[in-house]
Amino acid sequence: MPEPNVSAPPEGLTLIHSKAAAFYDHYERKSELQNQTHYCPGCGHGVAHKLLARAIDELGVQDRTVLVSPVGCSVFAYYYFDVGNVQAAHGRAPAVATGIKRARPEAIVISYQGDGDLAAIGTAEILHAANRGEAITVIFINNAIYGMTGGQLAPTTPVGCWSTTSPYGRNIWNEGYPLHVVETLASLEAPVYLERVALGNSKQVMQAAKAIRRGVENQVKGLGFSLIEVLSPCPTIWKETPVEAQRRVREELAQLYPLGVVRDKTKDAPRRPAPSFPPPLTALPELLDIEESETLAPPVPASHDHADWRIKVAGFGGQGVLMLGEVLAEAGLAAGLEVSWLPSYGPEMRSGTSNCHVRLSARPVDSPLVTQPNVLVALNEPSLRKFLPEVAPGGYVLYNGPEPPADCRRPDVRLLAREFVALADRLGDARVGNIVTLGALLEAAGVVEEQFVDRALARLVKQARLLDLDRKALAAGREAVHQEAPHDIP
Amino acid sequence: MAAEKPERGYVTIDDEECKGCGLCVESCVPKLLRLGDALNRSGYHAATYAGRGCTGCGLCFLVCPEPGAIRVYKRLQAA
Repeated sequence: MPEPNVSAPPEGLTLIHSKAAAFYDHYERKSELQNQTHYCPGCGHGVAHKLLARAIDELGVQDRTVLVSPVGCSVFAYYYFDVGNVQAAHGRAPAVATGIKRARPEAIVISYQGDGDLAAIGTAEILHAANRGEAITVIFINNAIYGMTGGQLAPTTPVGCWSTTSPYGRNIWNEGYPLHVVETLASLEAPVYLERVALGNSKQVMQAAKAIRRGVENQVKGLGFSLIEVLSPCPTIWKETPVEAQRRVREELAQLYPLGVVRDKTKDAPRRPAPSFPPPLTALPELLDIEESETLAPPVPASHDHADWRIKVAGFGGQGVLMLGEVLAEAGLAAGLEVSWLPSYGPEMRSGTSNCHVRLSARPVDSPLVTQPNVLVALNEPSLRKFLPEVAPGGYVLYNGPEPPADCRRPDVRLLAREFVALADRLGDARVGNIVTLGALLEAAGVVEEQFVDRALARLVKQARLLDLDRKALAAGREAVHQEAPHDIP
Repeated sequence: MAAEKPERGYVTIDDEECKGCGLCVESCVPKLLRLGDALNRSGYHAATYAGRGCTGCGLCFLVCPEPGAIRVYKRLQAA
């Protein structure tokens, strides 16, 4: 590296201002530009970088600072700051910073974002990070425009201002009013420190230096969320000289966006407690009420060596569709099989075909989706109608009804139609219709041994009365298979 | 001309790092900075210091967007 091309100062003078230690000596971004930033002449990012670097130096936190850079011109901040660096997806820097801060509470985590990043695409992230009071520092550079992409309207663009996407000027009826970020965040309870500063002249820059230092210092002290909004010039996109752009910051932006401290709870903000860590793995079985490990993964019994049950259970919401699938999956687990249980529900399932996919397999389950079931349990007609065509030839179909509709039959599947729910009703509770059906399935197809089903029921059904009823329901279902009916399994 | 008082401050500008934005020129209260006539390697008129009269106030450093283009020296008072 050649020495900077500068003249030597006279004797007796002390160097008081020079490049901050938090910057790299030279920048690796481009071989021919190792001493200059990539910012345009007069860009506010350079000044803001210097103020932030100075704060990091003064607070002595360079070794534990993590800077999260955004999408926008400052995406390359990691080429300049000699700290830990992460570059986040557009607008997501506060979410990334949240994760880093929670995982490494001792780190000083700084989210550096522009107004396109923070106030447009990342509005949700900043709002919720602030509302959660994440103990991070956000440096928000507001130049009222999308700079990197060539001057599109930002939420912060002043009314009447030209941009490439508001060629007649920002119109409140089209693009709304300029978004005031610190005032918006000040409506929340949690933020500890919110201040707006500007880079419109040396006096404003001095105030900005104090605010940025304060924002970082708050975090060093263990306080919560701090955000410093910095009104910043963008001479290139504003099509002004750096000096004109600086004047516009001072005379126009600072009028639209008043400078000053909007929130200061540094005196009385409660300190955020140390984050709680997840419990050790060994504590999980007890927390989740799972039996001890020897019953968790018994060897696959020889009888299940080739097991590959692809089960679809479907019916009205409330018929115990998901529960039936869960019992099957739990029983399979107890039997030492690989299992998956994939419920499918939501508004589109209401009063239609709520369903779940269950797989019980001797081999690891590749996908929890069941697209070609070899067992279909259809607790209502719409379910039979919808899923019967999917059933693999030779598969089992259990249908809750006296017989399937005439247009809803297949000769190549083993179909068993019984009024399972009516049977359950006669036992005393129509809600165990699902378990009656399960009993019939076990009797007709095997699937898993009764002892494992019983163990699963005991785990899932907490009330003794219902457990007793479920056991009766299982037996009733098994019996029902042997009653004569017009559409028995051949 | 009377015996000169010792200089209170001094500024150096790295004319290869400077992008000639002129914000330092604007900030200098005694007006001792100006943009040079020659272009630097990047094609900018880098700022230059008149060589005398700097007070060491540091405002030029403060407003300069480049991390290390400006260095400010000052005669510190004996404690």
